[in-house]
Amino acid sequence: MAGKEYRTITDVKGPLVFLNKTEPVAFGEIVQLRLADGSTKNGQVLDTSDDMVVVQVFEGTAGVDRNTGVKFLGDVFKLPVSKDLVGRILDGAGRPRDGGPDIVAEANADIIGAAINPYARQSPHDFIQTGISAIDCCTTLVRGQKLPIFSASGLPHNDIALQIARQAKLTGSDEQFIVVFCAMGITAEEYNFFRSDLERTGALENAVLFVNLADDPAVERLITPRLALTAAEYLAFEHDYHVLVIYTDVTNYCDALRQIGAAREEVPGRRGYPGYMYTDLAMLYERAGLVKGKKGSITQFPILTMPGDDITHPIPDLSGYITEGQIVISRELHGSGIYPPINVLPSLSRLMGGTIGEKTTREDHKSVSDQMYAAYAQGRELRGLVAIVGEDALNERDKQLLAFSGLFEDKFLRQDRYEDRSIDETLDLCWNLMQNIDTKYLVRLDQQWIDKYHPTDKKE
Amino acid sequence: MSENGQIYRISGPVVTAIGLDAKMYDVVRVGDEGLMGEVIELHGDKAVIQVYEDTSGVRPGEPVSNTGLTLAVQLGPGLLTQIYDGIQRPLPVLQEKMGTFITRGVDADGLDQERKWAFEPTAKKGDSVTGGQVIGTVQETETIVHKIMVPPNMSGTIKNIKSGDFTVSETVCTLDDGKEIAMMQRWPVRAPRPFKQKYAPDTPLVTGMRILDFLFPLAKGGAAGIPGPFGSGKTVTQQSLAKYSDAQIVVYIGCGERGNEMTEVLDEFPHLIDPNTGKPLMNRTVMIANTSNMPVAAREASVYTGITIAEYFRDMGYDVALMADSTSRWAEAMREISSRLEEMPGEEGYPAYLSSRLAEFYERAGRVETLEGEDGSVTVIGAVSPPGGDISEPVSQGTLRIVKVFWGLDAPLARQRHFPAINWLNSYSLYPQSLDQWFKDNIAPDFPEIRTEISSLLQVEAELQEIVQLVGSDALPIDQQLTLEVARMIREYFLQQNAFHDIDAYSGVQQQYLMAKAILTFQSEAKKAIESGGLLEDVVNVPARSDLMRGRFEDKYLDRIDDLVIEMTKQIAAAAEEN
Repeated sequence: MAGKEYRTITDVKGPLVFLNKTEPVAFGEIVQLRLADGSTKNGQVLDTSDDMVVVQVFEGTAGVDRNTGVKFLGDVFKLPVSKDLVGRILDGAGRPRDGGPDIVAEANADIIGAAINPYARQSPHDFIQTGISAIDCCTTLVRGQKLPIFSASGLPHNDIALQIARQAKLTGSDEQFIVVFCAMGITAEEYNFFRSDLERTGALENAVLFVNLADDPAVERLITPRLALTAAEYLAFEHDYHVLVIYTDVTNYCDALRQIGAAREEVPGRRGYPGYMYTDLAMLYERAGLVKGKKGSITQFPILTMPGDDITHPIPDLSGYITEGQIVISRELHGSGIYPPINVLPSLSRLMGGTIGEKTTREDHKSVSDQMYAAYAQGRELRGLVAIVGEDALNERDKQLLAFSGLFEDKFLRQDRYEDRSIDETLDLCWNLMQNIDTKYLVRLDQQWIDKYHPTDKKE
Repeated sequence: MSENGQIYRISGPVVTAIGLDAKMYDVVRVGDEGLMGEVIELHGDKAVIQVYEDTSGVRPGEPVSNTGLTLAVQLGPGLLTQIYDGIQRPLPVLQEKMGTFITRGVDADGLDQERKWAFEPTAKKGDSVTGGQVIGTVQETETIVHKIMVPPNMSGTIKNIKSGDFTVSETVCTLDDGKEIAMMQRWPVRAPRPFKQKYAPDTPLVTGMRILDFLFPLAKGGAAGIPGPFGSGKTVTQQSLAKYSDAQIVVYIGCGERGNEMTEVLDEFPHLIDPNTGKPLMNRTVMIANTSNMPVAAREASVYTGITIAEYFRDMGYDVALMADSTSRWAEAMREISSRLEEMPGEEGYPAYLSSRLAEFYERAGRVETLEGEDGSVTVIGAVSPPGGDISEPVSQGTLRIVKVFWGLDAPLARQRHFPAINWLNSYSLYPQSLDQWFKDNIAPDFPEIRTEISSLLQVEAELQEIVQLVGSDALPIDQQLTLEVARMIREYFLQQNAFHDIDAYSGVQQQYLMAKAILTFQSEAKKAIESGGLLEDVVNVPARSDLMRGRFEDKYLDRIDDLVIEMTKQIAAAAEEN
């Protein structure tokens, strides 16, 4: 059957092609369309019945007419995977983009990806040191975690993602991460920025890039992250690599999803996004983790830009319900010239509690992190009050906290794009900064850590 | 029409079959791989089926066969300590059969068919038995005795009853009309199991969480909703409830949530000790995990699977608590299937029957007289994940119309690291009237009054805080400053509770009561001291007060609390005299 070409297209609507069919076509089957000028396009079956088949065309339907030939290839979408993927650059549909040879497949993997049996998972507990104080101290990244960056347009989320890709390591281990980078609808300029940075630091040799740019077909974006994750799973679970998957921008992905939904005249959910977006995103995000009996791991770093800086927008909202925390980038901090402008207050790492401590980071980490957070939160709140009543109306404690919030941003958050602070350096820095608050106000610090680590109250 | 039909159309998890003789909710096998599905709509000669597994690669023309059964669970010894997917396939068995990833077309029995259980009869030959009556017992785990009951629709006189080791399918009892009873029975998940009558709840489900037991108690047999935006601690709260509530059986449904969270529960529970029995928590727990990336149709079924298991244990006379995290994902599964069926949508794309399905589900909670005349209960606690934390959406509203307890989780509190981040101003419980008698009899006669005092202090604080926002706290009169200080003590000492701290995670009701009293003692003593000339600053900063507050992180707090209060009273009086 795979050989037959049908010319039975009845309707073309947006990215969808409807055709009367003649033989049974599988749900999810891959389709090739041959246009009058001899060029080809690829698609996938979205709905199939005895009378009608709906095909979603990845490259868009420009040039498709009733005479376009449609061939069903007899199989669902598979990616040829091999260890040789490392060091390669592929386009959004998995074809070489770097001028290199085709990938010689060691296996063909279904890109939809089956769910990991929760019973086969292993709980993630290994601390990843990113060298960025705000992340290491307050929203600790754990191997096997999915921790998105919630950013917005015009903010330096790409720099942060790259800095993490450069610096991420397990303490006390030489094991390197390999990076699977997946671009979804980003501009060529952004892509070149990523690429040249990876090239310059030599990371490109240990990376796989899947690239769908802004002028590439939008529908193709629906498969690009699936290709990237399929490659990541293969490298992690068949070849024992520790994989860091960075994908950007999830917002473009969701918009492509909405486009298909609209073309199929589906009942839309919030803001026109399809009702199944939660499940769809989960099928990407949940492909992170560790499994029992395998050495490799997948850690995900999705980047999404919140439309209108709105964290309640369906994209960040649904993501936040699936991912294990979030790192929120603040326009306000960026505006005051602080890099990385991470707002630790709404940021969160759900796996941090079970990870940090004596065995992985340091015994005082939890206590220090709680205290830094609390003091900064109170200091920030006081800024609002001071704007109304003036600083003189504050009591001594509040004055110290207010001053601390400034130091927190200037000394703790702020660091250079190439500054790689170890966790010890980060925690020592915290103690140094906390000297500016009277010990009696540091109620979240355990006395034993004050005795041991406080630079001036130390009992030696 | 016959038992076997053909696939006509496939659209994601929804498959249409033609030529299939089927009733609504019949379980069918779809395609060459025999994927499991359920008939959810009939149109002329077409049957619409929701399929519990991924349908990629399935073609029209492939066969569909009807099993003639409705979606049912296997009930019997072997349920406890197990972890299932949404359609009661044990995940460890799936791992054995399929490896790390869940592929498809694999069938697995809910109960181990090989394992033998020691059956001890409690009925004897010649006894006349009816549905729901206990005829024997099995010690299923260290702490739980599994009672073997006559299936609800059966009755007769016992002709023969055995004793010894049997598998769940072997006959242990024969009735005089020849009917055979095995330890395992099947029950369709969408139908509630029968009972004699429902009672009004009168006993609290003690959770060990101060804000819940003391301010917003939930009754055994009641229903509670926990809505909250992401990161506000829904899952931690649900897990604490699963760990520490004084139910005898816990059914935990992870419905459309994170895989790692279920793994964490799996790793943690076998090592955790039940504060009520001193034995591992796992012994009383059944888990159902249908994570967000597992098929949506199975997610839709998972809450029914869970509640049917809960009802089964209720019928043995146990108090069962069921946690569903999160009912929003369940509702979304309904929405997704409804939209594939091209049904006319209600609000926000949810099907028009959303609120009636929610009501039917929560209505399966209750304290009942079982068919045998015992007292049993199912308490349902459903987490809700409202988009953007806005509870005006259909799932939250549909839930709040039914449940009697609302524990509202709050993002600002979570951001202040105030945990559990339950907002005391908008949460409520409608049970205090029916539970107060229990609190008076078992804890203290003035329990209701103390509760009222504490909650009104929190109300007053909320009003004062509005003024403080404008003028700062120093501008308030001294007595109001004291009120703020007392309210802060309620928040930091009483309401905040560390779910990860070995000792603080669980606080008995007696201790809760004493802690509340201690706060009120502080208030009255401090007031006296200030009236007799003490300075607010000195009075509130007496070291004994910090000792009292910090003491809750230490062992045997319940025994020491009275002494700590006396010491605080002394120091406050002394602080007044210094001036």
